[in-house]
Amino acid sequence: MTDSEQRRGGKLGVGERRSVVAGLGVLAWIVGLLWIFPVAWTVLTSFKTEEDASAQTFHQGLGFGRYSDISHATAGTLSLQTAFMNSLVVVVVSTLFVLALAIPAAYALAIRPIHKWRDVLFFFISTKFLPIVASIFPIYVYAQKWNLLGTRSVLVILYIAINLPLAVWMMRSFFMEVPRELIEAAEIDGTNLFNQLRSVILPIVAPGIAATALLCVIFAWNEYFYALQLNFANGSTMPQWVITNVSTRGNFLAKLSAASVIACLPVVLAGWAAQKRMIRGLSMGALK
Amino acid sequence: MNATAADVALPKGKAGDPFSSAWRRRLPLLPALLYLVAITQLPFVVSIYYSFTNLKDKTQSLIPEPTKFVGIDNYRQIFSDSFFRQAVWTSVKMTVLAVLLSLIIGTLFAILLDRKFLGQGVIRTLLITPFLLMPVVAALIWKQQMFSSLFGVLNKVLGFLGFNSIAFISDHPTGSIVTVLVWQWTPFMMLIILAGLQSQPSDVLEAANVDGASALGIFRQLTLPHLRRYLELGALLGSIYIVQAFDAIDVMTGGGPGSTNVPYYVYQESIGGGFRYGAASAYAIVVVIFAIIIATFALRVLSSLFRDEERA
Repeated sequence: MTDSEQRRGGKLGVGERRSVVAGLGVLAWIVGLLWIFPVAWTVLTSFKTEEDASAQTFHQGLGFGRYSDISHATAGTLSLQTAFMNSLVVVVVSTLFVLALAIPAAYALAIRPIHKWRDVLFFFISTKFLPIVASIFPIYVYAQKWNLLGTRSVLVILYIAINLPLAVWMMRSFFMEVPRELIEAAEIDGTNLFNQLRSVILPIVAPGIAATALLCVIFAWNEYFYALQLNFANGSTMPQWVITNVSTRGNFLAKLSAASVIACLPVVLAGWAAQKRMIRGLSMGALK
Repeated sequence: MNATAADVALPKGKAGDPFSSAWRRRLPLLPALLYLVAITQLPFVVSIYYSFTNLKDKTQSLIPEPTKFVGIDNYRQIFSDSFFRQAVWTSVKMTVLAVLLSLIIGTLFAILLDRKFLGQGVIRTLLITPFLLMPVVAALIWKQQMFSSLFGVLNKVLGFLGFNSIAFISDHPTGSIVTVLVWQWTPFMMLIILAGLQSQPSDVLEAANVDGASALGIFRQLTLPHLRRYLELGALLGSIYIVQAFDAIDVMTGGGPGSTNVPYYVYQESIGGGFRYGAASAYAIVVVIFAIIIATFALRVLSSLFRDEERA
């Protein structure tokens, strides 16, 4: 083992033999490939014909046929375009609102901590423990009363609420990393709160904000329960569109696979790109 | 960080004066706080009110009853409802199994990934993918392509090995749903534990190694205590989401013995087809009381994390 290898890896196995280390590497590969198998299988199925998909064969070759099938909806059903636009609007707007609410809140919890900041942070997190079914019926009743059923607005309103606690939690941990001296210097110069945020704090926490936003996007994009209860027909989002591809008549496996790939791809690519930062934000929260 | 020191050092301002420094400091927090109270707490208060009525969907019965107060009837009913008891048991089983298994497997994966090997980054990227998938899609993949007795890969493999095929979802609903949950949440746990492993000071480990401690001994004596806080955090965040599992159940079984958890049962009793809003609200309130009890314990864990942070 070289020095750098000893520093990077080998925490548990500082003095282990080379063959053991190589064997564990191979084991990691096997485990990784097995874990991803259902995904790989689905991607493969999405390129098959329906007959091949049902029979698990490859007689008719692979192609993009199923992807073009699912992008042309039959009249009267939810189209990919509608669902995609609904999801996009709901996810982007709700995430922007979450950031607008969470950034000042994180400031008050981390940079100039208010009295009893810990209780307030706990309150934010505790709202995540409330089962959403416990409040879905009143929400349904009032959404109906105020003509919000089937609109994007109702999902925006609810997705802000489900993501806000996690966003405050993560953002606080990123704000904790801003050196106090910088803020004190800005205060001595008489900079007001808005300018302090803009010119001193935001440049430092920008990567953290990006990671937080990404996690909000993932949860909002994948949300199914509220969308199912409060939004149907033309207000439906991507998870509901995927389900419309399950058919009780005829073969649908290949089409369903193609729909799954399209529905998940944006979030999977974003998650791959930001994996390290995302997890740092999650684990740093309590573990400075 | 030393928040308490800062609290003491800065004047708190006179109470009642809206422009005092204490209120100016609280101001940035208020929009987020008020928003959450309005959207998450107010509907809950309305639920409490409903839980004392016999509210039903009028369009669902031929002779609609007038809505009236029924006192604690709905709550009394809970104790004689064996379906609810079954749902509670399913919830407990599902959550405990899914959180424990994903924590254990996630820790093993993290240990494997903590050492340098060819393609380390690739494997980590592949492993986190299930966590990024829509829960609906994850459930569909497993239902239609893995567990299915017609098109399922698992039964193909079983057949190839000479075993009888298994009707996974209908015969083992809890196990099937837990499998999907574990598949999705293991990567999440792995990433948190990995962050813990990589934050371990390597000089201590090297010193232990020089002193001749065995690999297993180092892990038990040094690594595991260091990981405790990360394991707790993973269990906490995981159970918040897993206890509310809805998507996988709706997609895979649509409820039934062994797969209806409490959230799904409350859903079935109200807008999911039962339309007994008053009774369903009472169930929901009982669930919330349980959640508060569990949350109190969980927050105590969190609180200890923060105390450690302050000491550090």
